[in-house]
Amino acid sequence: MTSVPLTTPVIDARGLGRDFTRVSGPLLRRRRERVNAVHDVTFSVAPGEIIGYLGPNGAGKSTTMKMLTGILSPSHGRVRVCGLEPSRQRTLLAGRIGVVFGQRTTLWWDLPLRDSLALTRHLYRVPAADHAARLAELTELLELGPFLATPVRQLSLGQRMRGDLTAALLHAPELLVLDEPTIGLDVVSKSAIREFLLRLNTEQGTTILLTTHDLGDVERLCRRVVVIDHGSLAFDGDLARLRATAPTPRTLVVDLAGPADPIEVAGARTVRVEGPRQWLELSANPAEVIAAVAGAHSVADLTLREPDIEDVVARLYSSGRAAAGAPRREDPVSG
Amino acid sequence: MVERALVPYARLAWAWCRALAQYPVSLVLLTLAQLGATGVELLALLFVFGHVDALAGFTLHEALLVYGLTGTAFWLADLLMGSVERLGEHIRTGSFDTMLVRPVSPLVQLATDEFSPRRLGKNVPSAVALATALGALDIDWTPGRAAMLVVLVVSGTAICCALWVLGACVQFFVTEARELANALTYGGSALSEYPLAIYGHGVARAATFLVPLAFISYQPALYLLDRPDPLGMWPHLRYASPVVAVLLCALAAAAWRTGLRHYRSTGS
Ligand SMILES: Nc1ncnc2c1ncn2[C@@H]1O[C@H](COP(=O)(O)OP(=O)(O)OP(=O)(O)O)[C@@H](O)[C@H]1O
Ligand SMILES: [Mg+2]
Repeated sequence: MTSVPLTTPVIDARGLGRDFTRVSGPLLRRRRERVNAVHDVTFSVAPGEIIGYLGPNGAGKSTTMKMLTGILSPSHGRVRVCGLEPSRQRTLLAGRIGVVFGQRTTLWWDLPLRDSLALTRHLYRVPAADHAARLAELTELLELGPFLATPVRQLSLGQRMRGDLTAALLHAPELLVLDEPTIGLDVVSKSAIREFLLRLNTEQGTTILLTTHDLGDVERLCRRVVVIDHGSLAFDGDLARLRATAPTPRTLVVDLAGPADPIEVAGARTVRVEGPRQWLELSANPAEVIAAVAGAHSVADLTLREPDIEDVVARLYSSGRAAAGAPRREDPVSG
Repeated sequence: MVERALVPYARLAWAWCRALAQYPVSLVLLTLAQLGATGVELLALLFVFGHVDALAGFTLHEALLVYGLTGTAFWLADLLMGSVERLGEHIRTGSFDTMLVRPVSPLVQLATDEFSPRRLGKNVPSAVALATALGALDIDWTPGRAAMLVVLVVSGTAICCALWVLGACVQFFVTEARELANALTYGGSALSEYPLAIYGHGVARAATFLVPLAFISYQPALYLLDRPDPLGMWPHLRYASPVVAVLLCALAAAAWRTGLRHYRSTGS
């Protein structure tokens, strides 16, 4: 099991946990309740990896990101990021990582983007020449040119996100931590940001840790994913293995000539009926099932849908909970 | 301290000034507005002296000295540290999280947030009052006393800065506590614009030992005027302003560190 790491990890979390006390009820009869937002999370990230940190709402993803960046101190366990202890060496660490929270901005609402970025330069003490060179490079890659002079409050969400990414990268960090970087963006903006992140990773070797609910992000960017559920680690391994761990059947969508009773054929189970359209979960070879369906019904159209990551993760959550919440873990795949 | 706080402070304040200098008209208008807001308080003091010759034994010029010392210290502190009162708002909106992931002390970032020289407008009436009082009063100017004037103004400013920070620290625990913080800062300064003697013993004691407002202007004024305290408090208190400033700043720093340690961000 123990393997000697060839390189020191960028992130090394061992038994990481965080509790919150939640106060509720009327003033006089307040009840204090301990919430275990993150519980015994262990994982490590090697330089140059892109890791997807996945889980349903309230799983503890943002709380983990906050512990990794030093915003919150852990209640249990220990963590090293770039060899530093985030909560104690927060300021030192901040100069070596870039952080973007998709839900909030690091830019200043009232200032034009260019001025916001200039202020960022002063915060990170980037020499003027380096700043100019890096800004020119990022302006080209992220196509910031048309709105550099626009006040941040007037930027669209996609433009603002590109501005935030620039602000997080001007000091050339080793590690980029992204909490839902594509939230609310349209397809074009999402794909622009994905391609940019891939380039950053391959050309400059920047390690990237991102949380997302967008499975397009995961499929395009992450070879390895870490899944947490109810604060505990549920999976750590590569994407293909996640699919294998929680095998998810393909779905056959059948459009019949008219409304009918649920189709009954061998090798498939009808899971949903809506008028003439029916969804069949396949457990046998699709070709045989299609032949059987076409033989017994008059079919207008057929579509075979591959399971996407969303189904896989959902299945992992439900099976994980069924197995008495025992977290299943795989050895990290060195990337 | 210099490397970690003062240098970044100066750099950020300067960067903000340059960013805001692009809107010169609004800068001038806002400066005038701020000047007007504090000018009204000075007019109120002058109005009172239109009806009486002295307040608790303090003549117009002596009262102007107290007013000028308070205003100078408080509005300088407001210029330097006033923005920290918005801590609760930054916590609620999550922008405090973004300050924590930058390599500069979040206190410095908070204090320089939207730093603008327009706040100097608030300093004008108290500077005029101080200059008038110092010119009119018959003060025995030895070199020591002149140097002490500078020390006293710096101490008063430091005390006010510490009050701003202490007020902000409360917001680590109750993010809606801005009004409470304002009661401490604005309330405290309004109280010490007049010689404390007019409030009587109870208030004066509270303003000496509980919240040390007396060391911003009242005790320094007694020192400069070289006169006994009409309330009969310990005469050596008039030398204590620098010591009080150091202690209060240390307390504020400790409170800030405690608040940061207990910071729990917001869910989402
Ligand atoms: N500051 C806080 N105070 C109290 N409880 C908190 C706080 N922050 C998070 N929590 C709780 O911790 C749990 C995990 O929250 P977290 O924000 O980490 O989830 P998440 O995985 O990021 O979810 P989402 O996908 O919705 O962003 C939730 O139950 C949340 O209510
Ligand atoms: Mg989150």
